[in-house]
Order: sequence, then structure tokens, then C-alpha cells
Amino acid sequence: MEQTVLYSAEAGVALITLNRPQQLNSFNPEMHQALMASLKQAEADPAVRAIVLIGAGRGFCAGQDLNDRNISADQPMPDLGESIERFYNPLVKKITQLNKPVIAAVNGVAAGAGANLALACDIVIAAQSASFIQAFCKIGLVPDSGGTWILPRLIGPARAKALMLQGNKVSAEQAADWGMIWQCVADDVLASEAMALGQQLATQPTTGLGYIKQALLHSSTNTLEEQLDLERDLQRLAGRTEDYREGVAAFFAKRQPTFKGY
Amino acid sequence: MQAEQITAQQAEQPQSELASDPYEYLACDLTRRVLTIRFTHYQKRNALTNDCLAELAAVLEMADGDDNIGAVVLTGGAHCFAAGADLNELASQDAVATWQNPRPQLWQRIDSFSKPLLAAVNGYAFGAGLELVLLCDVVIAAEQTRFGLPEITLGLMPGAGGTQRLSRTVGKSLANQMVLTGMPIDARQACSAGLVSEVTLAALTLERTQQLAVVIASRAPLAVKAAKQALKQVPELPLSQGLKQERQLFSLLAATQDRQEGIDAFFSKRTPKYQGN
Repeated sequence: MEQTVLYSAEAGVALITLNRPQQLNSFNPEMHQALMASLKQAEADPAVRAIVLIGAGRGFCAGQDLNDRNISADQPMPDLGESIERFYNPLVKKITQLNKPVIAAVNGVAAGAGANLALACDIVIAAQSASFIQAFCKIGLVPDSGGTWILPRLIGPARAKALMLQGNKVSAEQAADWGMIWQCVADDVLASEAMALGQQLATQPTTGLGYIKQALLHSSTNTLEEQLDLERDLQRLAGRTEDYREGVAAFFAKRQPTFKGY
Repeated sequence: MQAEQITAQQAEQPQSELASDPYEYLACDLTRRVLTIRFTHYQKRNALTNDCLAELAAVLEMADGDDNIGAVVLTGGAHCFAAGADLNELASQDAVATWQNPRPQLWQRIDSFSKPLLAAVNGYAFGAGLELVLLCDVVIAAEQTRFGLPEITLGLMPGAGGTQRLSRTVGKSLANQMVLTGMPIDARQACSAGLVSEVTLAALTLERTQQLAVVIASRAPLAVKAAKQALKQVPELPLSQGLKQERQLFSLLAATQDRQEGIDAFFSKRTPKYQGN
């Protein structure tokens, strides 16, 4: 059977490749399960300290494979909530709660859930020819996979609302200008840049980076008081990591720190 | 007798005696007047068998009579508080055996512990595990913790206070939903419903609970005991009776040395030294 997701781990970085290039890496149940399994594998492997997510072929991910949706008139109305509850929501939760940095290398079109999955990653780098489309409105649906939560937080409600109501295509360059993503790079260097970033992050204090993710994840829903308490608690834990000790020691010894990730 | 022996040895070595405990299902640690009791049979997800409850009841009775202990923290470790009763044990009992089961007495012994009992809950507290949580005076839980009474999914129902205490704790609708569906709730919901007093990071649950226990254990022991007694009778009594009892306990404390010490220390801006009398 076709392998819908490819997984490899090297030099502290897990490279996860969505691999249904003929279908622009759109989701079917197999790819859902394979992607979740890959994320769990990267999470559980202590040697992995950063994750890069990329698409095979010319697209990043076109969202849901509509061939899997039979909506002919003789069929009962589908329960789309079921597939969201079973597949998409756990994926977004896994990526955002994973205590290692996740980089999305958006190599081509990222549409629908594919766009929102990329935006759920911690650092998004896109190739110049890549684009982001909130395509849901064009078929009568609502942006899912966290899109309505994350997009207004990234680019503000005015732009998010217009994009979601019209389904406009946003170029990688525009996305970078708006702050929707971190960086737009030339097509031919996307993979190498993403891997270099992954390898650099893989040498950093991983546990501390995980705490930063956790703090930022809560910051948009917590009150200031709650967030101050969370910062206190996370700092309490961060201060007990060996990497913190190493970081301070290296600072005073004026040398490069060697972090172990815990 | 045995309890006295442990107490006597402990007076010399407050730490070590309880740490090298002889228990099969529990591990105990006494630090700063706080006894931490940890369930240790993780392979069975800390299932609350009769033997396990009997050990817990025995330790709590010992702790009740030990002046070196001001509060007790219950915990199940990082991944699971307690998964419920032991199904094998339950399945082996017919109606007569269930009728004669000493379990209700075990629960009663645990419930009659007179000092503050705190629960540090990680992972999940299901069935009997949640019923044990409901016996605790203060509950601190990690964000990821889930609480549930899944008995209904097995064709039975909660039998150790689950229906009664949960309803009195979180209110009718949520309690009914949990008992009738068997579906769990998470720590945030448990906190907003009043089952949990604080939600913490998983790695800090035990530490935070112990901090609170240390604070409680530093208060005047008789005042703490009287206050717990007043609080525990809340679901039992009508308000007028409760107020009367509260006033009686309040008056009782007027006869204690520690009350004088507490007020003196407040006025002379120093830390009180309570003697427990």
C-alpha cells in the first residue's frame, strides 16, 4: 500500500512528509492516522528535539480529500463533526501541545484544513510559490482545524474575516508581510532552510522551548493574572532543568552551552 | 498499640520510620508535619481493592493519633490517581457477599479521619478513585486530569458515596450527567464546578498540594480540627443547626492555649508557636 506519510529522524530532527502528491497531499483516513502516528513517534523519541512537516510534490496539503465525501442526494446528510472530532482536532491539539518545536515547511498550496494545520505549527516557513487559502466558504463550510482561532490572532480579525468569507488566495510573500507566517524563502532553498532551522532548534534547551510553547498557547485565553501565575509555575520547572544550569554556567564561562534538552 | 510504637520511634526519627514503611499498596513520607501517602500499585492503576482501602484506613488512624502529623496528602503518582475498584474483586461477589462486604466500614474509617486530607490528583480519578477524592477536604488537580464515575457503563452504579457526595459537590445537573452517562469531565470543568480548588501544571500538582498542607499543618491543630468538623457537617445539617454547632466549636477554642498564643503573636508581630493544646 502507498505510504501516505514518510518519517525519518536524523541529527535531532524528525522530518515528516505528507505523501499523497497526486492528490496534493489531501487527507484521507489513512493519512490522518499515519500523520498522528508520526507525531507521536517524534514526541516519544528522546533523540528527536525538533520536527519539520513538509509536503511531497507541488502542494503542501489541500485539506480534506473530497473524493471521500459522498454527498449525493440519495445519501443522508453527513456528520462532518465526526471526522473533525476524530481526526482534525486531535491533530491540532497534538501539534500545539507537543513539547518540542514543530516547523511547517509549506512547499506549495496549503488549502482548507491544510492551511490551518500549517498555521498551527510553531514556526511556518513557506516557499515563494506557496499559498494559503481558507477555501471552506466556497463549498458552504466553516474554517476548521483551529483556523477561526489562530488566524485572527495572527493577522487580526479584519483580515481574517475577509479571507474566510471570500476564500482569497494569500501568497507566501503576503502572508509573511502580514505576520501570518515567519518567513518566505526561494522555492529551491525551502527544504534546506527548514531542516537547518530544525537542526539549530534541536541543539537548544528543548524542555524550556516546550514551556515557552505552553505559555504562549495559554496567553490568548488566560487573564493577565492567570498568565502571570502560569509563567511563575513554568519558570519554577524551567529553573530545575539541567539546561538552565548549563546555560548560566556557559554564560559566566564565556563559552558555547551544550544543551541536552532536559 | 502498634500506632503508639510507630509514633514513639517517629519522635526520634520523624522521616525514616514512615519512609521505610511496611505497606503493600502505599508509600508514606513525613515532612514538615505533612504525611504524604502515595498509592504504589501502578500496574493495577492504583485500583482501590479492599486490602488497599484497609491499609489506607489503618495509616489514617495512625496519623490521627500522631501529634507530629498536621495534615495528610493523598496522591497516586504522575499518571493516575486511582482507576476505581478492582473489577475482579467485584465480579467474584454475589448479592450476599456484596451485602456482607466490609467495604462500607472501610470507607467510613477513612471518612472519619479528623485532620485535613488533601488530594493531589494527576491522570485520572475514576469510580472509587473519584469517590475517594470526594472524601478529601481540598483537591488540587493537574490540567490533564479527568474525573468520572463510569460504573454505569458496567451495569452497576457508584456505591461509595459517588451519587451523594458528587451531587452535593458539583450540583445536580452535572452530577446526574456524570453518573448516568459515565462520561468523565476534565480538571477545568471540575474546578469551575467546585470539585477541585486549584488546577496546576502536572509536574507541580503534588508540590502545590504539599505546600498547602504545610500551611495547614502550621496552624493551631485544635482550631484546624474544629474547623474541619464544622465544614464537614455542612451537608448533614440545616443551616440553623450548623450555625449552632459552629458557635459551639468556636466557643470551645476559647479554652485553648493556642488561641491565646495566636492572638498574642498577631499583636506582637511574630510567628505563633502552637502546642496543640
